[in-house]
Amino acid sequence: MKQLLTGNEAVARGAWEAGVLYASGYPGTPSTEILENLIKYSGVYSEWAPNEKVALESVIGASFAGARSLAAMKHVGLNVAADPLFTLSYTGVNGGLVIISADDPGLHSSQDEQDNRHYARSARVAMLEPSDSQEAKDFMKTAFALSEKYDMPILYRMTTRVCHSKSIVDISEGRTEMPLIPYEKKDKFNPIPEISKKLHSKVERNIKALEEYSNSTELNYIEWGSKKTGIIAAGAAFQYAKEVFGDNASYLKLGFTYPLPMEKIKGFAKEVDELIVVEELDPVMEIEIKAAGIKCTGKNKIPREGELNPDILREALLSTKHQTIDVSDIQTAKRPPVLCAGCPHRGFFQELGKLKDIITVSDIGCYGLAPKDIAICMGGGFSVAHGAQKVFSLSESSKRCVGIMGDSTFFHSGMTSMLEAVYNNSSVLLVVLDNRITGMTGHQQNPGSGFNLKEEPTNLTNIEEVAKALGVKHIRVINPLDLKEVHETLQWGLSFTDPALIITRYPCALKKYSTADKSEFGVLQSICRVDAEKCIGCKACVKTGCPSILFDSTTKKASIDTTQCTGCTVCAQVCPKNAIIKEER
Amino acid sequence: MEEVKNILLCGVGGQGTILASKILANALVDAGFDVKMSEIHGMSQRGGSVFTQVRYGKKVYSPIIGQGSADILVSFEAMEALRYVSNLAKDGHIVVNDYRIQTATTASGKEGYSENIMETLKKKANTYVLDAAAIATKVGTAKSMNVVLLGALAKLMKLEDLNWDAAIAACVKPQFIDINREAFKAGMNAVS
Repeated sequence: MKQLLTGNEAVARGAWEAGVLYASGYPGTPSTEILENLIKYSGVYSEWAPNEKVALESVIGASFAGARSLAAMKHVGLNVAADPLFTLSYTGVNGGLVIISADDPGLHSSQDEQDNRHYARSARVAMLEPSDSQEAKDFMKTAFALSEKYDMPILYRMTTRVCHSKSIVDISEGRTEMPLIPYEKKDKFNPIPEISKKLHSKVERNIKALEEYSNSTELNYIEWGSKKTGIIAAGAAFQYAKEVFGDNASYLKLGFTYPLPMEKIKGFAKEVDELIVVEELDPVMEIEIKAAGIKCTGKNKIPREGELNPDILREALLSTKHQTIDVSDIQTAKRPPVLCAGCPHRGFFQELGKLKDIITVSDIGCYGLAPKDIAICMGGGFSVAHGAQKVFSLSESSKRCVGIMGDSTFFHSGMTSMLEAVYNNSSVLLVVLDNRITGMTGHQQNPGSGFNLKEEPTNLTNIEEVAKALGVKHIRVINPLDLKEVHETLQWGLSFTDPALIITRYPCALKKYSTADKSEFGVLQSICRVDAEKCIGCKACVKTGCPSILFDSTTKKASIDTTQCTGCTVCAQVCPKNAIIKEER
Repeated sequence: MEEVKNILLCGVGGQGTILASKILANALVDAGFDVKMSEIHGMSQRGGSVFTQVRYGKKVYSPIIGQGSADILVSFEAMEALRYVSNLAKDGHIVVNDYRIQTATTASGKEGYSENIMETLKKKANTYVLDAAAIATKVGTAKSMNVVLLGALAKLMKLEDLNWDAAIAACVKPQFIDINREAFKAGMNAVS
């Protein structure tokens, strides 16, 4: 049976077929749907962990206990999980262990476009790279088998185009149940220096053995075409190369990409006139191939930045372009993503934006769509703000730093970030925008939502209790849609010389309310309407950035698109003429 | 079919481009084509510009197309058609929904929403302007305007003979099957 699947759907299917028993991860585009699909299969335990580090650690525990185990995360997530990864490379596994790294060349939904192929090299672990959905499914089985055979975690690198593109997959195979590999106490699970020295030797031996495997495996195959041009490529880049060169080139297509099949590459290079390494982002393969004394073309022609596509390759390697329609006379307005109509973050940022001498330090989430001065990484909101505040305070500047993060981000890595501000005591104002869900990635449960990945009720962790335990002395929980309350609370929060915390609590406008949400927040059944008679066309409502507010430049009147409006009333509160009325839907 | 055909659907997050492309891909796979489809998730869902690329033929490699290579551009929103017109092949078709959605920058007056869109498009390529909302309302509900546009696409790409009834049934809730089949037919008729 054949079905059109995304790479993420296919990789989940492959893991299930391979008998995976335990999976953990943290949501992040483009990896999120892997676990969301895996949870649909029976016989697999899947969970959202608070962050990628603990996800990988729990997966290590599951592997040591004997189960085939999987961790899934986006590229920057692997930075968070890098600490356990490097030691896991030494300890090896018991049940097979695969780590999916979903990279985002082109930064479709990320703050950087780091190339995680480097991790395979620095952590000394094998890497597989599927180039379409069929491979995303099929390679999983190989990955688990290799992990067990070579006593090594396997890095499974996907990219946005592989994760989110759909292609046809044969799904006739079912699941192979894998019996647990019995747990036995072993030295390797306890890497003290004396043991680790031996483990390091084991790692190097296994990498050596995998070099031989890489040269012989069918995952690395040659497709002969014209021998004038020989192309080495893996992942989505292979598909782009095939698209551009067709039969006018020969291909060494790599599915197993670390260690590289250097003997196979040497043989291939001998047969072709010009060797081209087509890879997205960094010249990872190119550097190693050149170091082996093989001449090749690569980043001298193909860009290192951004996502590749057939056009880029065509221009870089063939100096040709498709004929296009002349668009030089066309102008379009930008259409950036915005906070949704009814987004509870809007009320908070409406009031924060009015304050002077404020540095807004936010991090990664929907609230990053609101105005901000600084953002670095998940959980960085508080600690970056703390450092900046310290310097401003020491230099007697009047600038005040406000550190901002969401509920899921707080649980991810914001708790230690908060502790930094408390322990080292700065006058930073801390804000958790608690919208009761992980918003940006499409509504995943988190430790503060009261439900797990399976949507079953679970223990709920309360943000203010955590903050209290961490030593925050001033805490207020407010409704961000009440602008007066937000304004007053901001003044209150900025009046202290030690960290104060504001928690804005209101569910995401797109969230499906739980029973608890309904009883705590009620259900929004209203909409807002503009009384055109009273409207003076001042655009105060438009400036809130709500996408449901329209402005007619001829009549100079605002109006509200009632299909989008949730009746949050932020616009009504900013209207100087009380021209916006809340009504029952 | 040896040749690979390229379809580009574009619009604004929340307009139902995903469902339309799902029905399309379903029908193409059922007809025995190799199909690849690419969407961008994540931030673009928040009211941003969205586009889906569908490629089909005997064997498809790249899931994405480049400039000047779409056989048809179906735009669910007026200005978005302008944004992606450079992707269209010189002899390509445009189906554009006569429907405007303001952007954050036009709503606040920072920049203007494009003017004379339909005239511009008609100068660039073979353009079919549809009031998909009105057509959809006539057969039942404005919500099925995405399927009206899909019907127009099927007609222009000469894909009328695919099993659309089955593809629609596979992708929408049972109570909406009939209304979407009607919307699809109305879309086909709108460009004949």
